[in-house]
Amino acid sequence: MGSLITFIVLMCIGFFVGRASEAAHLQRLKRAEAELSHIQINTLKHIHEPLETGGVLVTGNMVVAVDYFKKVIAGLQMLFGGNLRMYNSLLSRARREAIVRMLREAEELGADTIYNVRIEFTAIGAQPAQIGGAELLAYGTAVKRATGLSTVEEAQA
Amino acid sequence: MQDIILTNLETVPGRTITNHLGLVQGNTVRAKHVGRDIMAGLKNIVGGELKGYTELLNDAREEATSRMIGEAQARGANAVINVRFSTSSITAGASELYCYGTAVTVA
Repeated sequence: MGSLITFIVLMCIGFFVGRASEAAHLQRLKRAEAELSHIQINTLKHIHEPLETGGVLVTGNMVVAVDYFKKVIAGLQMLFGGNLRMYNSLLSRARREAIVRMLREAEELGADTIYNVRIEFTAIGAQPAQIGGAELLAYGTAVKRATGLSTVEEAQA
Repeated sequence: MQDIILTNLETVPGRTITNHLGLVQGNTVRAKHVGRDIMAGLKNIVGGELKGYTELLNDAREEATSRMIGEAQARGANAVINVRFSTSSITAGASELYCYGTAVTVA
């Protein structure tokens, strides 16, 4: 009986607190992304435009944990397979946050473009199968484009 | 440490590579702190960011990077290009952070 009560309490805490913090985080992300939208990011390896300043490695990371409610529901869903929407939103939030942190670092350097952005995922926790937590890392090379010139040839002339 | 250029591009923007000095790497294995682990256990109920881990991994990654830079400087490089990061969990509670790239001299 006692353990059932604990279970129900944990489910409720997970559901309400987890939901509230997720909503707050999504709001913060939306604001931060709008604020940093002047920095372009891409996955190109070669630069075909003139630069004012070049090449600084920037990184951003975030470790997230899944809440109790989602863990239980996802555990049940795993019996039937299919799309685990719970983990979907968790990972996409963490990925967006990692990118935002990388963008902030680039902004401090006065950069306006980040080249060759890579995103890495690592599961953290005792058993990788049960995601207790996951780290998302984003990194790339921050540069500042030269204004008023559109090609490398123009810049060299 | 600031005089070395780090980039994950295959070239250094605006500079010419004059010499390749080969692969340089740095790694570190970190275990999590018991206190942090308890906090993380609580966080697993409500979900959200594990700030302690974010910082831990960030510090560890910086250490791996600075080891890589040390190796590059020992070879006389002034830039490391095509830098990649990788993370793997070795056992429960410990992970390895690894950073590698190509040391070059640029003019």
